[in-house]
Formats: sequence, C-alpha cells, structure tokens
Amino acid sequence: MKRVYFDNNATTPLAPEVFEVMRPYMLEDFGNASSIHWFGQRAKAGVEKAREQVARLLNARNTEIVFTSGGTESDNTAILGIVEAARGERKHVVTTTIEHPAVLSTAKLLEKRGVSVTYVRVGSTGVIDPDDVANALRPETVLISVMHANNELGTIQPLEEIGRMARERDIYFHTDAVQSTGKIPVDVEKLGVDLLALSAHKLNGPKGVGALYVRKGTILRPLLHGGHHERDRRPGTENVAGIVGLGAAAEIARAHMNEEITRVAALRDRLEAGILASVPFVVGHGDRAHRVPGTTNLTFDYIEGEGFVIAMDLRGIACSTGSACSSGSLEPSHVLSAIGLKPEQARASIRFSLGRFNTDDDVDAALKILPAVVEQLRAVSPHYRKEAVSSQHSAVSKS
Amino acid sequence: MSIAIAMSGGVDSSTAAALLAENNSTAASGSQEVVGLTMQLWNQRRLPQLLGEEVGEGGRASGRCCSLDDVYDARAVANFLNIPYYVINLEKQFEAAVVRPFVDGYLAGETPIPCSLCNTEIKFAQFLTTARQIGAERIATGHYARIRRDQKTGRFQLLRGVDRTKDQAYFLFGLTQEQLAYTDFPLGEMTKQEVRAIARARHLPVAEKPDSQEICFVPTGSYRQFIDAYLAEQQRPSPSSAGEVVSTDGNVLAEHQGIQNFTVGQRKGLGMAVGEPLYVISLDPAKNRVVVGEDRDLFRRRFQVRELNWIRPLAAGDAVEAHVKIRHNHPGAPACVEAHAGSEAFVEFTEPQRAITPGQAAVFYDGDEVVGGGWISGVE
Repeated sequence: MKRVYFDNNATTPLAPEVFEVMRPYMLEDFGNASSIHWFGQRAKAGVEKAREQVARLLNARNTEIVFTSGGTESDNTAILGIVEAARGERKHVVTTTIEHPAVLSTAKLLEKRGVSVTYVRVGSTGVIDPDDVANALRPETVLISVMHANNELGTIQPLEEIGRMARERDIYFHTDAVQSTGKIPVDVEKLGVDLLALSAHKLNGPKGVGALYVRKGTILRPLLHGGHHERDRRPGTENVAGIVGLGAAAEIARAHMNEEITRVAALRDRLEAGILASVPFVVGHGDRAHRVPGTTNLTFDYIEGEGFVIAMDLRGIACSTGSACSSGSLEPSHVLSAIGLKPEQARASIRFSLGRFNTDDDVDAALKILPAVVEQLRAVSPHYRKEAVSSQHSAVSKS
Repeated sequence: MSIAIAMSGGVDSSTAAALLAENNSTAASGSQEVVGLTMQLWNQRRLPQLLGEEVGEGGRASGRCCSLDDVYDARAVANFLNIPYYVINLEKQFEAAVVRPFVDGYLAGETPIPCSLCNTEIKFAQFLTTARQIGAERIATGHYARIRRDQKTGRFQLLRGVDRTKDQAYFLFGLTQEQLAYTDFPLGEMTKQEVRAIARARHLPVAEKPDSQEICFVPTGSYRQFIDAYLAEQQRPSPSSAGEVVSTDGNVLAEHQGIQNFTVGQRKGLGMAVGEPLYVISLDPAKNRVVVGEDRDLFRRRFQVRELNWIRPLAAGDAVEAHVKIRHNHPGAPACVEAHAGSEAFVEFTEPQRAITPGQAAVFYDGDEVVGGGWISGVE
C-alpha cells in the first residue's frame, strides 16, 4: 500500500541530508560542548555552527539564539521568563484564543499565579485584528504573545503591526513561530518580535530540539536552573546532535524556501480544489490569502472526523482532525470553535498539512481514495440521507 | 473484507484478536483484514474524587487510571499482533446511553445493569456503525457466546458460550438480527481456561492479566459514591433525602438516607439490629420508602418485563415455556413467558424465586439459546 503523509503540521520526516549531518555527532564527535578538550571543542563547534544557521534563517544575531528541547519549552521559557522577571505588582499579558496549548496552558498558569490575561478573539478568517490587540493593552501589560502561523488553519497573523505597537509602548512581544519557521520568511527585525519560539521537527529536523530567539537586552528569568549553558538562559548539557540537525534543517529550509513555497502551495491548492470538486458539502476555513503554503482545513458535513482519519489511514493516507496534541479529546478544537464553528462542524473538520516530501502522486492518491471514504462515512449518517433527499445545503443538523 | 475487533485490553478480547489475526495470515484466499479498535467510554479523571488520589495542578489525577492502562494494554497487543489499531472516543454516547440511565435507575429505586445497556447501545449498535464508517464489514468481540443461523427460518440465533461458567449471552439479549448477522464471537466455542492457554502459548502481553470484575466506570467499586459524585458534577440535586423504612404491613421501623443506597435482597445497612434478620423486599420511589421483611418475603413468582427484545420472535398474546434468568449469577428457573403488546411480557416462575429485582435483565433461554429478554419492571 502506498503511504501518503499529509500531517506535516504534527511533525515532518527528518531530511536524509540532515540525518547525515547529525550522524557524526552521535558517534565520533560525542563530546560535551562545555568540555575543554578536543572532544568538547568538536561538539562546541557543531553547536555554534548551528546557532549561526538558525540566526541566519531568522535574521538574528548568533548570541540571540538559545537552544531548547522544542517549541513547548521555548514558549514556556519566553512567557514565564518575561512575566516573572517583570517588575510591578500588577502584571498583565495579552494573547489570543487560537494559540497552541504550549502558550494557552502557560497563560492559564499565570492566571493562577495572579497575573491577569486577556485572550484576544478572532473572527471567521482565523486572523487576529491588530486593533483588538491594541485595545487589550493596559499600562501594566508586560507581554504580548501572538502566534505567527496557526497550527490548525495555517493562517498567518499580522505580527508586523503588533510588533510596531509593542515597540511604541515598550512591551515585550513573543511569538510562537513553530508552524511558520522554515515554511515562510521569518525575520525577527521585520516582525518586530523580542522572543520567538521554533521547533526543529516541524522543518524536517529532529524531534526533541528547538530554539528560542531572545532579542539582545531582554530581561528573562530562566525556566530551568543548573549550569551556565546557553549564556545562562538554558542550563543542561546541549543536545549536540539535535542542535546540529536543527542548524542543518534551518539552512536547507532557507536555501529552498522560495521554490518550496510555490511548489507546496500548488500541491495544497490542487488537493483542496480536487476535494471541493469531487465531494459535496465541504467548506474550507481560514483566510486563503494569509496562509502558510501546506495547510488546508476543511469541514466535511455529515462525517465524524475521527472515523475519517481512521478510514483514510487504513487506505494509506495520514491526515488529522485538528491538532495532534488534542487528539483523543472529545472537546471540539478550540481554534475551530474560536472561528465560530459549531461543535459538530468542528468534529467534522479535517486538516491536511503538506510538506517538503509530498509530491503530485500523493495528491493524486488522496484524491482517488477520498471521495469514496467520505461517501462511506456519510452512508451511515441518518442526517446525510435525510438532507440528501431534501437537498438542503444548510448547516449540519447532526446532534 | 475486513473485520473490526473491539479490544478492551483484557485477555479475552486480546485472544479473540489473536485468533482473527491468525486466520487472516493462514487463509490463502478470502482472508479478512483485522482492525483493532478500543472504545474510550469514560474519562476516569472526570470524577477524580473517586480515584482516592491527590489531584495535581490542572485537575489531572496523579494516580493510576484504569482506562488508560487498558488502552495501553490493547495497543501493546495490537502491536504484538501487527494489526492496525485505533482508539475511538465514544464517551459522549456512553454517558447518554449508559451512565445517565444507570444513575437514573438507582434514583428510581431500581438496580440497573449497565453492561447489558452498554452492549446493546454502544458495543454493538455504535461499534457496528463506527466499523462501517472506517470500511469494515463485520465486527467481533471477546464475548463467550455463539451465533448460529437457523437454516429453516434464516434468522440468527444467539447461544451461550460452551463455557458454562462464563455465560455472557445473558448480557447480549438486546442484539438485533442485523447486529447478529454482522458479528463474530471467536471465543464462543472455548472455555476461559482454553483462552488463557492460547494467550500464554502465543505470549500475548496480557496473558496473565487478571479478569476485571467491577463496573468499568465505577473503579472504586462503590456505585453509591459514583452516583453522588456524578450528580454533584452535573449540578443535579442530591437525592439522598431521608425516608421511611417500613415493614411489609406498613409499620414505620426506621429512617433511611436515600433509596438509591438500597437494592432488593440487601440485608446490611438497614440500621436495625434486632430480632429476625431483615431484608430489603422492595423500593417504593413514589413514597421514598424502603420496604423490609423476612427472607421468605423475597420469594416471588410473577413479574413484568419491559423493552423486550425477541431474538426468536413471539407474537403478542402467545406464551412460551423458557428457562428464565433474573440476574447474571442466577442459575435460571423454569417459567412461562407471555408476550404482550408494546414490547412487554409477563413471566411466571413455576417455583417462587428470591429477590426478583427491578432494573435487572430477565433473559429467556431455550436450552443454550437465548430466545429474548428485557428489563424487569413490576414484581407482583
């Protein structure tokens, strides 16, 4: 059976050339990057090269890159680190309702600790209005955290406007750029961010490693306590092979970005158009003009998303309902709820996320299988039969 | 062809999955693909006070969670057998079809039996639907029961498994002809000992796992605590309103703290310790009364059954001699079953039977065959 992987927002395959760059750091160049001797120096050189590669991808300085265990740690470090280091008795944070749980759960924790948090809402486009962020700001606001690209919709948020606002008011600005880094240009100067979280495994690098960009001069309390690694920002022996892999992945992404944006977007658009042409009762979500190239999120009325994902997987096509982090949960996706979908619509929504290793053949294979799978799911839905007879194209009536 | 096997993580359904997977790999033609599915029915973290563990930040119980362990086991078996495996979330349906009626049953003075409801509403109806959604034509479970097709009538028959000690056909009386037509019971011809032996011989990861006993969503084994916790969560008024304990001739003997704490035949917990041992004879929800009496008062002959399902059809007005079981561990006794209109029936035992309990299932057998069954309502 041909296997097709359309879940690149959950994770991406490791690029073989990245693996080749990592390999020596797991074998002969195994040293501790903090050691004085030759072994340590070899490892240190690998880490510092990677730092430069990541910095270049973000248009940052080497010294502004802190390596972490991944996106979640980077987000936690940024948010907790800024708020805890901030002065003042009353502290306020502005974020959005469509953030990843790595941000939302951290915001909830801050609330328990007495920090007030404003969650800026989003309209049906899945794009935040910068004016809503402006209106949420208070004199005691210490941090704005707005994601760059949404993991479920792929929508790109207007960071430049928010960044300008943050700078004018002298408020720290953090972004979770896990879903955008490596896929679209991410320039910390243009975006005006002070902190930016990224993860290697979303850009064909290894799992278990990520980075946090911290603008020079930012006062940040470290999350973890230990040795003096990463300029006292993040203690713990460096994951050298992982960091080297992140660096290589960043360099490859930078080198191929323009052509990949065009290629992956074309694949995604063909998949989307093919589905819309061959399957009735499907609607797409998110502002189509402001999306990362690989993501599409579609509601297939009268289906159960869970059943769809299983049925497709049994035929070799991997996709997902919303985010992998919330799979198994019955709660409808908070992102899809935030853009106004009813719970039954949210549960009938499927995310296809394409990436570097997808081809035209993959799209063909999915388009060949998908209509029959949808039909099979709808065949057992009493609501579909009823609706199909009366051919009412209105909203889903499933309870 | 493909078949979906319901995997609970226990030794029975795991062995059933192993047998199906083996058939698949040995059959040269007409083989069927086996897909393992675990139904996630109840979130044990939902009522953390029942777990008896500290609850950490974020409302997550730090202790063991039965359900997650079982999913872990089922997944390990599926990996071991190299079959595709998925967890499907049926918590919403389970709550509506099983948990709520279970709680409401106790509040109405009945002693409900959630496993039968679960089989009818979830494990077969919903599971078959899900199986079809994902492209499987048939379903299988690890129940000890058998299905046979009557060559004359073309109807499907439900029979108890050959292991007399594990009669799970009792819990399956609600199956429809369509469900029976699309279901396989790979363990129906086996004893529990044989199943254990097969599991051991194939080194299944759960070969030594003990059998589960308790109601799956009541891990502490105390249904009373569960009902209190569930009602509190639902912000429904706690029904533990005090009422009277009366004798069969109507004398008030004591006070009780809510009829949901009692079940017919119960002796302990009546708050009385004098004279003849007293038993709960019946519960009267209308008057919020617990009626108590002597052991001999528990023996009754006639009762009513509602929401009948006939696997072998019986027309209203017709009667049939059957061996009737009034609870899972009841050996069964000869009775006359008379079908009435509106899915009801009257059952009259030849000999009085002890503690015929509203809410339990009455299941009618002809030898090994389950003719039909329903829910015990009025006891005369």
